[in-house]
Amino acid sequence: MNIVKKGTWVEVKNIILNPEDRLSQLPKDTKEVPYEMKVKGFLANDANINENATIRTLSGRLIKGELTQLQPEYNHSFGPPVIELLHIGEEEINILNNRQ
Amino acid sequence: MMFGQTYQQTMQRRNEIISNSLKVNYEQFQTSPIAFDYEKMMTVLGYNIKEVMKIQKEAQVGNTPLWELKQLTKLIRNISPKGKGARILMKDEAANPSGSFKDRRASLAVYEAKKRGFTGVVAATSGNYGAAVASQAAKQGLKCIVLQEASDSDGIGQPEIIEKARKCESLGAEVVQLSVGPELFYTALATLDETKYFNASLYSPYAIAGVETLGYEIASEVQQQFGKEPAAVCITHAGGGNVTGTARGLRKYGNIQTKIIGVSVDLKGLHMASDQDFNRKSFTTGHTGFSIPFTTNPDRSDVPYNAARPLRYLDQFITVTQGEVFYTTELLAKLEGLERGPAGNTSLAAALVLAQQLDEDEIIVVQETEYTGAGKHPVAQLNFAKKQGINVYKGNPEENKPGSTIVIPEHIQQLRVEEIDLERIRESYLRNKLKNQNINKLNTEDKNFLAKEINRDLNYIESYINRNSSVLS
Repeated sequence: MNIVKKGTWVEVKNIILNPEDRLSQLPKDTKEVPYEMKVKGFLANDANINENATIRTLSGRLIKGELTQLQPEYNHSFGPPVIELLHIGEEEINILNNRQ
Repeated sequence: MMFGQTYQQTMQRRNEIISNSLKVNYEQFQTSPIAFDYEKMMTVLGYNIKEVMKIQKEAQVGNTPLWELKQLTKLIRNISPKGKGARILMKDEAANPSGSFKDRRASLAVYEAKKRGFTGVVAATSGNYGAAVASQAAKQGLKCIVLQEASDSDGIGQPEIIEKARKCESLGAEVVQLSVGPELFYTALATLDETKYFNASLYSPYAIAGVETLGYEIASEVQQQFGKEPAAVCITHAGGGNVTGTARGLRKYGNIQTKIIGVSVDLKGLHMASDQDFNRKSFTTGHTGFSIPFTTNPDRSDVPYNAARPLRYLDQFITVTQGEVFYTTELLAKLEGLERGPAGNTSLAAALVLAQQLDEDEIIVVQETEYTGAGKHPVAQLNFAKKQGINVYKGNPEENKPGSTIVIPEHIQQLRVEEIDLERIRESYLRNKLKNQNINKLNTEDKNFLAKEINRDLNYIESYINRNSSVLS
């Protein structure tokens, strides 16, 4: 068992609506998946990963859910250079300087 | 079950929950089953524009620089017919505390929440508005919860939205990240009901009155610097609050000739409630997926009467492609030294085309910029698009196909704008509004209201009724 200590910054997940309870007018691809919610916070008590746990969020609310992640990362970045953007401006600077 | 009550129970109590969380009794504005007194609703706030400015100044919001984009203006004049090429000005709204014009919208709402004794605020948004509410709440010492539509059913989220979650959390807000679906509204209602926090709706009178200062500042600064009204103001158009607030502010200053031009990124063909289409959009706001439904049916929002009513103000409604906005964002950085956007540059892309049609002595204003950074940048958004299988290449922007291709223009002369026929939008608005109504029984109050809603006269409404009475009744 992976015991996670109280006070650790974690993420919990909840299913808010199962597919059968979702709005009838949704497109099929959305209607057939559950409606889910993820929130981050500090663990209120020691808990096991992938089991139910309670967190205290940044607004001070207590929220229960399945403990899915420890110290969840922000993994968004810029990524590799986008070549399609790199030459933008060259020709326009020529136009500015009347060197067409 | 996550919340105390089921979906049905919560939705049945929607009016009660909204009324408790805004402390505005919307029924007082209703004048008939169809009509309501919009101007009365906008004044029950009890703030005139000078007071709004004072509140925003206290909150360090507004009074942003109005830059003349000299290099871009010169570039446009070099490719325009002789005598054409309007001066392009840009309001640098990224200079607001959280990096966008949304601070104006949030400042008044959070001020009102504090004044009325609420201990926290809730906002449902995956855009810049969340960061704005979080920032203002931090200043006012209120708790803040931001609800985002954040990921598809595989848990994958667009970098732009993840960045906004990071920013909200860095400003001390709790961020609730939801999968794709309009049930966001239910989650927001349940959260308001549980916390008893203030509903910092994007569509309350506070949120719109907060944007009026943007239009007012533009009008007064252009008057002071150039002694005239701008010929046109280009406004990135999504839910309608930016268009409505800016236009009202321009008018409050006294500008009557300035053309109000709404600009959206074209996302035709992508379904906004589709789990699979969710990550095939490369813009999360400022696009037609919001602007068309909110213009033709404003009251589909999270308040009984939406204070954002863009069709009352729009003189022109145009679209640009995703590739054109990314191109424009790069050009602004490389020619003007301003790294901003991208979403805020939607209206700049249009202004670069429209300026070519205006005379040299005229002025066109791009009324916002927004902050940029990891996740929220053409490089991040295009890398994400490529990962989703979207074909990104340089070429003719006419080949753009939302969800399948993003074509980056090869040069400035390839930029185009596409007109959305406002007549069709007006017809669509009337169709939505008069659904299940007997149009032969409309009274004068209703007709006057409808005329104002679509910015036409009473004859237009009479003629619409005559044309449609047999079809609809």
